[in-house]
Amino acid sequence: MLLLALDTSSAAITAAVHDGREVVGEATRVDARAHGERLAPVIAQVLAQAGVRPAELTVIAVGVGPGPFTGLRVGLVTARTMAYALGIQAYGVCSLDALAWQARGDGTVAGGPFAVATDARRREVYLAQYDSDGVRRDRPDVLRPADVAEAVRTGPVVGEGAARYPEWFTDARAPRLVGGAALASYAVEALAGDARGAGRGLGEPVPMYLRRPDVSPAGARKRVLPETPVASGGRS
Amino acid sequence: MSRDEPLVLGIETSCDETGVGLVRGTTLLGESLASSAPEHARFGGVVPEVASRAHLEAMVPTITRACEDAGVVLRDVDAVAVTAGPGLAGALLVGVAAAKALALTLDVPIYGVNHLAAHVAVDQLQHGPLPEPTLALLVSGGHSSLLLVPDVTSDVRQLGASIDDAAGEAFDKVARLLGMPFPGGPYVDRAAREGDAAYVEFPRGLTSQRDMSRHRFDFSFSGLKTAVARWVETREAAGQPVPVADVAASFQEAVVDVLTRKALLACREHSVDHLVIGGGVAANSRLRALAEERCRAAGVTLRVPRPALCTDNGAMVAALGAELIARGRTPSALSLPADSALPVTDVTAPS
Repeated sequence: MLLLALDTSSAAITAAVHDGREVVGEATRVDARAHGERLAPVIAQVLAQAGVRPAELTVIAVGVGPGPFTGLRVGLVTARTMAYALGIQAYGVCSLDALAWQARGDGTVAGGPFAVATDARRREVYLAQYDSDGVRRDRPDVLRPADVAEAVRTGPVVGEGAARYPEWFTDARAPRLVGGAALASYAVEALAGDARGAGRGLGEPVPMYLRRPDVSPAGARKRVLPETPVASGGRS
Repeated sequence: MSRDEPLVLGIETSCDETGVGLVRGTTLLGESLASSAPEHARFGGVVPEVASRAHLEAMVPTITRACEDAGVVLRDVDAVAVTAGPGLAGALLVGVAAAKALALTLDVPIYGVNHLAAHVAVDQLQHGPLPEPTLALLVSGGHSSLLLVPDVTSDVRQLGASIDDAAGEAFDKVARLLGMPFPGGPYVDRAAREGDAAYVEFPRGLTSQRDMSRHRFDFSFSGLKTAVARWVETREAAGQPVPVADVAASFQEAVVDVLTRKALLACREHSVDHLVIGGGVAANSRLRALAEERCRAAGVTLRVPRPALCTDNGAMVAALGAELIARGRTPSALSLPADSALPVTDVTAPS
């Protein structure tokens, strides 16, 4: 197996190659405004590091967020297009699950339940809760720190979202951003059928937006002439 | 067509169309287009986030259909070209990322190209090599530009552009005013065929003597749009019916009169005997007719690609990519940025 993992759901642009036994290449750049510029060179770098040609890849895993839309799509369209060009499968991984897996692997959350909160901008966080086995309890949500249940936000919370709002998240834990290596090993475990402690496993490479586009249907047309009262029975 | 010429795959995602085209030399082998226009209709204009989401979903299916249409497989592709700008930032990024993924996977060069130059280069697919220099009038929902093009791969000069609304934008806004659906261009065109173009003498923007010295080859359509609105509202306030066909025809005439007048003036002053018209508004039947009439009178050869090549598409990007390769231009780096404000003078994205 040669798995390429990549994630652009946060400020980190990260990729890794896993050969089924271990991670054989990983690279990360942190640049919240340059996912489009950075991702392809980061992938080229990890492939070179691993001594792997693109045609040798057998499977791709991509973080599906939730995350800021524009950056998130860079990873998704890259994974889908590469998989199509290579005739291999691309799987989606909830980026919060990968971060939860990373935290458990690093030992920053030991034993009990915890939450993952990443930065959703607009003073909100993407949030998911995990049980003591590291299995996600429900769909991720997007909400203001103040609206996170007190029991959750005062317990261990992993991720940039927690670090960013210490007044609400009083027990913020590392890591802050998801790394390609964790995503890769999570995906390899899940593919091997051992998804115990691995959130909710693998899905389709479909983005978790959680928010609708900011638009409202066109209203009545704007008038250019000032409204003038009409003498009798007209519109006023 | 020579088999020795490289096979170029072009990707376009600058607005609401996901386009993929395959070109060898100046021959179009196949293409595919997906549009999110119906999803924008109820918002009265293109919603960037809606367009970006649609590009992601359409990308792989559109590449697949274009390859099928061309009868090629992806591993035959020798180079990838992609619109790097100008356009909607988030929309551009989806195409640029997909193009990079292909270039990386297939181990072929990538060319990040200018959307406007691609609108000019596409004419080579229909009418053969571009004369040099060429004068180009690009008119769409996002752009209204007059370009002097000594070399479409390296030297594109802007003589003028709209200082406010693009021509296509004015069509959309007036269509809405007249109760027509979005995008409004085809509806105005159709209604105008039954109307009297001299019914209302709407203003010709930036054509006064003073404007002709300061804004010789620039356009302005915002004042025209407001003039139409005033006229319609005055009628409505007086309780009189609005003659939709006549208003549509009169408005359309004001737009195409200024576009063609300034284009021909540019041809004359720059001693260019060819005019290429591109962009979505080039599909307008009255623009085509008046341009033909005025070009014939001026002894200028008019080149207008078929409508499907005028509106945004992937073939135009591949066409410019193929020309860049034919002229030995340097490919872009894998780090090439999408640039929503890429100047028209940058034919390729700086790396």
